[in-house]
Amino acid sequence: MSLLEVNYLDVRFALRRGEVQALRDVCFSLDRGERLGIVGESGAGKSVAAFSLLNLISKPGYIAGGSIRFDGQELTGLSDRALRRIRGHRISMIFQDPMMTLNPVLTIGEQMIECLKAHRRIARREARAIALRKLEQVQIPSPEARLDQYPHELSGGMRQRVIIAIALLLDPDIIVADEPTTALDVTIQAEIMALLLELCEKHNVGLILITHDLGVVSQVTQRMLVMYAGRVIEQGPTREIINDPQHPYTQGLMNALPQMATPGERLNQIPGSMPSLDNLPSGCAFHPRCAFTRHPDGSERPSCRCQVPEFVASGNCQVACHMVAEMIERERIPAEETTR
Amino acid sequence: MTATAIAPSHKAPATDADRTLLEIRGLEKRFSLSGDFLEQLKFKGGRLVREQKFVHAINGIDLDIRRGEALCVVGESGCGKSTVARIVMGLIHPSGGEIHYDGTRIDDLSTKSLMPYRRRMQMIFQNPYASLNPRMTIQQTLEEPIRLHHPDWNRQQVADKVAEVMHSVGVAPDWGKRYGHEFSGGQRQRIAIARALAVDPEFIVADEPISALDVSIQAQVLNLLMDAQQQRNLTYLFITHDLAVVEHFGTRVAVMYLGRVCEVAPTATLFATPRHPYTRALLSAIPRLEDDRPQHIRLKGEVPTPVNLPSGCVFHARCPHANARCREEVPTLIAHDGGGRVACHAIEEGRLV
Repeated sequence: MSLLEVNYLDVRFALRRGEVQALRDVCFSLDRGERLGIVGESGAGKSVAAFSLLNLISKPGYIAGGSIRFDGQELTGLSDRALRRIRGHRISMIFQDPMMTLNPVLTIGEQMIECLKAHRRIARREARAIALRKLEQVQIPSPEARLDQYPHELSGGMRQRVIIAIALLLDPDIIVADEPTTALDVTIQAEIMALLLELCEKHNVGLILITHDLGVVSQVTQRMLVMYAGRVIEQGPTREIINDPQHPYTQGLMNALPQMATPGERLNQIPGSMPSLDNLPSGCAFHPRCAFTRHPDGSERPSCRCQVPEFVASGNCQVACHMVAEMIERERIPAEETTR
Repeated sequence: MTATAIAPSHKAPATDADRTLLEIRGLEKRFSLSGDFLEQLKFKGGRLVREQKFVHAINGIDLDIRRGEALCVVGESGCGKSTVARIVMGLIHPSGGEIHYDGTRIDDLSTKSLMPYRRRMQMIFQNPYASLNPRMTIQQTLEEPIRLHHPDWNRQQVADKVAEVMHSVGVAPDWGKRYGHEFSGGQRQRIAIARALAVDPEFIVADEPISALDVSIQAQVLNLLMDAQQQRNLTYLFITHDLAVVEHFGTRVAVMYLGRVCEVAPTATLFATPRHPYTRALLSAIPRLEDDRPQHIRLKGEVPTPVNLPSGCVFHARCPHANARCREEVPTLIAHDGGGRVACHAIEEGRLV
């Protein structure tokens, strides 16, 4: 059994104008020490998926259904008190903006010690020693001095290192990182990602990396999910998806990258934009933007418009697309006939 | 090589392509950190002294932008790239240096005499959520610059121009009556581009125009900018931190670090053979789709503060090839046979190839 198993997660936001379903039927799992990427554009639901793991969705959002099993324990419906034993302890989070995450009126050391004391009965001096050791692990120059500094005295990259150190403080099993390097520059981003990767490998920590950057996902993770309008539309080993994306949306996303076009030529754009969650198209949510809603002979494929696609296995990947399902079906039938 | 590569393949006569549209000479910009006069007075050792601190945002930049090209300026946050864009547009005044537009010095012009140039150069900002006036309809937003620059036009002429520009950037006519908040980021950026094109400019400064947008929308907006360049024979100064976009979009690239230009080269040359140690590190840091593990060049430390600039080459403290000369003498841009220019002592001396 996997360390973390999410099944048919359903998250909704009760708004005055009605209920908005932010996540539908999201299923994934994470093994110990595995690195999983969640990719999608803004509004796809990737951050909601991450936040709901620790029930960090604030009102009016709530988990309406599905299950989140962590190490054999069901997390949905767990009391705040019980959840607190897992949050920051066995599953910790790294947020996007390092300035927002750190408390500006406490020193770095104070914040790290506070976190340790919240979870363990520990002497102050001992906590400080652990904090120092973690700061050394994240390769901060002169860690001793940093303990007594305030967040504003550190640069963006340094702050993100501190946050990684805090995330590692209690030796968690899983780190959930929500766009950890988006606010940083390219060179700093590369260093932070390399550091995160190295620490996860060394300490056998699982990583759920949420990002919109396909390059980062391809370099850090082993498996990935692609989300669109609150659903997972494709998942599988990262290499396979990057090298051979099956879902038309994943293909479109990859092809839209500037490095996929000849310099100076037009980029391959996906027409339209992501639908808003309270007004989703019927059937496959991607169908109004999809170039493959017709059969190869030109006739329309009505299922794209009417029916939500189920996952089909394509190699090691799972794809939710009627066109892919049809292609696999077509390949399978002749194969069966020849074996007969 | 550069001149032929830059020349738009149609229309523009050959002589036009060689002509420099914008020249930046010895540009400097300091921002005071010390507030007004009274706040600068400090009591030190029994005496009143005046102390001033500056952020040295730009420290001597020379750049030429040729007609019809897209010059991309890249660098990390705080390197001064946006400041360059703002000074070129006349939104802030330089502390030193000159800017010549089509042969005329424009940085010292009065607001009134700058007006004709303001029509010829337009700007697209980074954040389309902040750059559209929330209390104006799209129609009003697009009409405003036309009315300002063509006070003699009648209503019909203005309306026709708005309709034309809306059509050319793919803004539906019925958007005109709606307000900015009704649109998504990509749609707003489309409107911002329409507003910039409304007065038929020849030069557009785009400050991170796609950074706030999603990947699939970025492609749409980049395509729009490239179409506009072809149809209208535009010249771009394109500010960005996204190197993948630069590789695709730029004719030439200028890499900035701490307010100085460290390398300028035609795009293909720069990406094939980056020369400056900083450019090499920057290029190696782009996350690539292809290889599994990156071999990126790790730089020591972080970008120093622009308040106390390092002596000599601004990059020397992080550079693996720095020596005594780098710590003392400021390197100048020197042309190399690849068609670009590099400011690096190590390359000049042949220590680094």
